[in-house]
Amino acid sequence: MQTNRDDFIIAIRSAFLKKGTKQRFSLIALLFFSIFILVLGKYNFKGINFLKLSIKELVYRSTFIVSVPENFVISSYQTIRDHFYLYSNYENLKKDYESLKAIKLNNDFLKSENEALKSKINDVSAQSSELLAKVIIDKKSPFLRSVIINRGSKDKVILGMAVLDEKFLVGKVVEVNYSTSRVLLLSDLNSKIPVSIEPNGIQSILSGSGSSFGEIQYIKEDYELEKNSEIFTSGSGGIFRSGIPIGKTIANDEIGLNTIKVKFHSDFSQLRLVKIVSFEEIKSND
Amino acid sequence: MTEISKISILNKIFNSLPIIILFISVLNEFDFNYLNFKYFSFNFPFILIFYWSLKGGEKLGYGLVFVAGLINDVVVGFPMGISSLSYLLICGFAAYLRNITLRPNLIKDWLFFLFTISLVNSFLYVVLIIFFGIDMNYYFLFFNIIFTFLLYYVFSYIFDYYSKFTIMR
Repeated sequence: MQTNRDDFIIAIRSAFLKKGTKQRFSLIALLFFSIFILVLGKYNFKGINFLKLSIKELVYRSTFIVSVPENFVISSYQTIRDHFYLYSNYENLKKDYESLKAIKLNNDFLKSENEALKSKINDVSAQSSELLAKVIIDKKSPFLRSVIINRGSKDKVILGMAVLDEKFLVGKVVEVNYSTSRVLLLSDLNSKIPVSIEPNGIQSILSGSGSSFGEIQYIKEDYELEKNSEIFTSGSGGIFRSGIPIGKTIANDEIGLNTIKVKFHSDFSQLRLVKIVSFEEIKSND
Repeated sequence: MTEISKISILNKIFNSLPIIILFISVLNEFDFNYLNFKYFSFNFPFILIFYWSLKGGEKLGYGLVFVAGLINDVVVGFPMGISSLSYLLICGFAAYLRNITLRPNLIKDWLFFLFTISLVNSFLYVVLIIFFGIDMNYYFLFFNIIFTFLLYYVFSYIFDYYSKFTIMR
């Protein structure tokens, strides 16, 4: 019994303390150093933050270069797949285009009417400034859904700015470096956005699920949601302006679950160029 | 003379392939997620580090594994140091198994690998949730462990083949 315990201790000591012939550091020293960095990072130690920023700038650029062959394979795969679905996509798009043409005319009328009414009651309206950014890293990690864009503090990007794919919200800026930033996508488990569910105007929180769908959280059971209800940002908390389209609810029977799922308008796996948008509230005057 | 130096450079690159692949894999994070197979993902650096640490650790220096971990944290967006810690723990478990094994057996290594990655991933999950407040989907983690475990068997044959080829050279 005693011998077994001794063997175990010797094996552990040899594994963690002994340096190999070609090893410069012992394992235990590096383990402690990792813990040290983790703890300092947790408490936002300045030196670690500076180290982080430097490594990030270097790594993001290197990753972009190293990812070129894989990105080529991915884009070829997607192109081939798109060719197979070309005809059915064309038929669907034709139908959508006809219905959207009618909706757009209606929307233009409502928009001008809304602006006229807002100016009459001196309401606050939002003015936005946009910045175009290229997605340089899109790793689709199963644990964190985020992308890296080629705009940073030098382009006046700040934390919390909304990121749009055309007109649709895709996420917000959660990390800003000198020339790059990280965007947390709406599908990430840690993303929580205040939303409004139309046509009833129900206020709720949209959370990411880690997969390609979002989930509506914190909603009372007695609210009845219609199938294909539109989800917009509510503007609560002042993070984003209200009315940015996000997605549509999916009927529970389609996915066989009791939670309310949201299908995003934007395909997060196809993001190439995005818009970083900041909003400023302005009082309308007569 | 030029020919000899060319051959020696090529030999060096060939011998350092595991560490080169490790750095490419953490920079590139290749896991075939773009195929959109639900829940499919695997952790290639875990397989690579465990296998080569088990074989003796000459191909992978602990310092380089530590740096690879830091790079992985930056790419994935995890707190700095967490991947280094998990990679080094895998090195430690593999070194322990190497020390207590007299006759290496792939099935035993494989099962010990499952135990190691389950423990390391559980540790990672607990640290991220409790200390950093980062939410993680446990199902994704579970399937990641399963696929990493299953693919170890396949990759170990590929690495064995590479090892034999290196010895022959």
